[in-house]
Amino acid sequence: MSAVIDTHGHEDHGPKRGFMRWVTTTNHKDIGAMYLWFSLAMFFVGGLFALIIRSELFQPGLQIVEPEFFNQMTTMHGLIMVFGAVMPAFVGLANWLIPVMIGGPDMALPRLNNWSFWLLPFSFTILLSTMFMEGGGPNYGWTFYAPLSTSYAPPSVTFFIFAMHLMGVSSILGSINIIATIFNMRAPGMTLMKMPMFVWSWLITSYLLVAVIPVLAGVITMMLMDINFGTSFFDAAGGGDPVLFQHVFWFFGHPEVYIMILPAFGIVSHIIPAFARKPLFGYSSMVYATSSIAFLSFIVWAHHMFTVGIPLVGELFFMYATMLIAVPTGVKVFNWITTMFRGSMTFETPMLFALAFVVLFTIGGFSGLMLAIAPADFQYHDTYFVVAHFHYVLVPGAIFAIFAAMYYWLPKMTGNMYPEWLGKLHFWLSFVGMNLTFFPMHFIGLAGMPRRIPDYNMQFADFNMVASVGAFAFGFTQLLFLAIVIITIRGGKKAEAKSWEGAEGLEWSLPSPAPYHTFATPPEVK
Amino acid sequence: MRVWYLLLALMAPNAMAAWEVNMRQGVTEISHAVYDLHMTIFWVCVAIGVVVFGVMFYSIYHHRKSRGAVSDDFHESTKLEIVWTAIPFAILVVMAIPATQVLVQMYDASDSDIDIKVMGYQWKWSYEYLGQDLGNGENLAYFSNLATPRQEVYNESEKNPNYLLEVDEPLVIPANKKVRFLISANDVIHAFWVPDFAVKKDAIPGFINEAWTNVPEPGIYRGQCAELCGEAHGYMPIVVKVVPEDEYVAWVENKRQQVAAARGITPTVASK
Ligand code: HEM
Ligand SMILES: [Cu+2]
Ligand SMILES: [Cu+2]
Repeated sequence: MSAVIDTHGHEDHGPKRGFMRWVTTTNHKDIGAMYLWFSLAMFFVGGLFALIIRSELFQPGLQIVEPEFFNQMTTMHGLIMVFGAVMPAFVGLANWLIPVMIGGPDMALPRLNNWSFWLLPFSFTILLSTMFMEGGGPNYGWTFYAPLSTSYAPPSVTFFIFAMHLMGVSSILGSINIIATIFNMRAPGMTLMKMPMFVWSWLITSYLLVAVIPVLAGVITMMLMDINFGTSFFDAAGGGDPVLFQHVFWFFGHPEVYIMILPAFGIVSHIIPAFARKPLFGYSSMVYATSSIAFLSFIVWAHHMFTVGIPLVGELFFMYATMLIAVPTGVKVFNWITTMFRGSMTFETPMLFALAFVVLFTIGGFSGLMLAIAPADFQYHDTYFVVAHFHYVLVPGAIFAIFAAMYYWLPKMTGNMYPEWLGKLHFWLSFVGMNLTFFPMHFIGLAGMPRRIPDYNMQFADFNMVASVGAFAFGFTQLLFLAIVIITIRGGKKAEAKSWEGAEGLEWSLPSPAPYHTFATPPEVK
Repeated sequence: MRVWYLLLALMAPNAMAAWEVNMRQGVTEISHAVYDLHMTIFWVCVAIGVVVFGVMFYSIYHHRKSRGAVSDDFHESTKLEIVWTAIPFAILVVMAIPATQVLVQMYDASDSDIDIKVMGYQWKWSYEYLGQDLGNGENLAYFSNLATPRQEVYNESEKNPNYLLEVDEPLVIPANKKVRFLISANDVIHAFWVPDFAVKKDAIPGFINEAWTNVPEPGIYRGQCAELCGEAHGYMPIVVKVVPEDEYVAWVENKRQQVAAARGITPTVASK
């Protein structure tokens, strides 16, 4: 990360000094590091909001916040975690890693890269500032269903729309850059079917982003028109259609959830082979499975809308398609497990996070499969069961994969090994805290507790209390992660070029820390 | 205080309904069918999980470097890939059959005995009994509001067992009759949900959605709004009182008179 500061002067030119280095940089490692730091900051902001939610839900009755503020917290937590924490973290890893993995000197469009990043702090400053505006910030859920988010929204909604547009521009530019990089900057001999899985997964993710972020932009623009220019896309009183909002939103929204998991699949496909000391099982099948998931993710959106009253045939179509998407997802899990089989495994922190990923993501997949059964979804929908589902795929899924990646590549970024025992401590505390928080949510959901409510009947009290205790444990554990990153940047055991015995790939042919500029002359890939 | 209660409850899990871990079976034929689907897919997942995690933990235990495991090099098998694509696919096809059947049943709201229009408002429900004329061409209709006192919400008095799940005027329907709900909303989207009937349908402004139920057992059944609808989304419960048919007929007649009188309308004689 920022330890690349130490490496100046060994090449023809190093980074500028001081603040302007970060403002004007076009270096993919600098920009990657900024994305990662930004994501970590947002992770703490979103986490703070989550802890406010869990404090209120610790007991029945209203104790800490009022329902209106509670709704702002659930909304902002979701928006910040999805768009501010998970997505930028993956983009940061892509920036840092893709050029070194494919043997290219930098991203294909370095200035665009700088702009993509710098849109984000502005976007999220605007988003967070809405909470201090008259009427408060977004309180309509991260899915912002109209007309709650249009005719009935607080006036700050226009700022929310603007913030989302900026974020969307950043994502689109970032993904165009990744596509351009992967197609143009590969070292000679690096054919598509030789590319590392992380690169493959990001190539596919970028196409998803380019396809669906404009749809998001479309839907928020329609909101903007409804709110400020007198149209009635979503206003029934003016002949509009509130359900149209949901179709357009989820046409973006479902691929979006895969945008948050495909790069994680890529990361885990590096780490498991490295610590099992055995090549990834079924490389080409992994590529095809990821592509099929991406394709299918465009035709399942209405599984989020099973209760809106779509016609029977529509309901059946989306149920079957959703069940189908579990097949390639299963194939990926089977491939990872077969990679472990007859390997020679060790369990350093990245591997622990990757193994937990496989188990807990699969549990999230199972609840996904249950949710896919439309008649059963009538009971699950909009309850804590759904909350349990998506936190299982996102926390030990996306976020554990990000942690795994950080521990795995931190030696390459900083030149130092992190303290292994602290990493393991971070893992175990996160593992326990996360399960304590989210597993009971399956139970309260099945027992009938709706999501997004600040208060509940006593029949849900016990498991809510457990979940709140777990949330605090998980939340405070993450300060340990921050400490570990800082400790590792500042010193520690020197990392070797190939920091892990079983690590494979071009990035490990570079010294640790990787120099400011790498692969100015492309390596030869056999 | 609650922490002690929690510890206590942990010691006697069966005594506490609050530690309920599974979906409730509900009281209708449909809710039982849904529960069965839920259990079937759950056990399918458990079975897959046992196999998958079994192999994984076997490898983690036996194929670890500290036990001297030397890694193999195999990394491809088209046969295996086909097998583990085909088997899950087949399981899902089998699973899709009962799911389709139940869904078709749930969607069949035809031949109802009674039709009730359910409207969501910020933040209350209204129930309109179609065909129950007040005497001026309007139907019998009334609002149903949360009945929990503020003091209970703000912890100033003891919470009663139906905390947040109680209303001033419940929806009343007869047992053993097919009741069709026509569901819509006045402002934002709400969702009408009664878990014991496995009925959940969004109430959307400008749309009329259908759902139906047929409840064999008289009783009181409680549900909540299931779509974020603004500030008091957590405070608009649904209470359905299911009564024997004769009682229902008497209730409707009485309610009709009462509502008509309150609005200064001369009620007609019982319509049927
Ligand atoms: C086996 C694969 C999966 C299946 C079959 C599946 C199925 C579903 C279904 C049917 C719902 C709608 C539930 C409802 O609202 O009633 C849902 C919700 C959700 N899923 Fe999944 N899912 C899968 C994997 C994933 C993955 C990989 C992610 C993200 C990493 C994800 C994230 C979400 C989110 C965020 C929601 C809730 C959105 C909201 O309403 O706020 N799911 N899933
Ligand atoms: Cu989805
Ligand atoms: Cu509501």
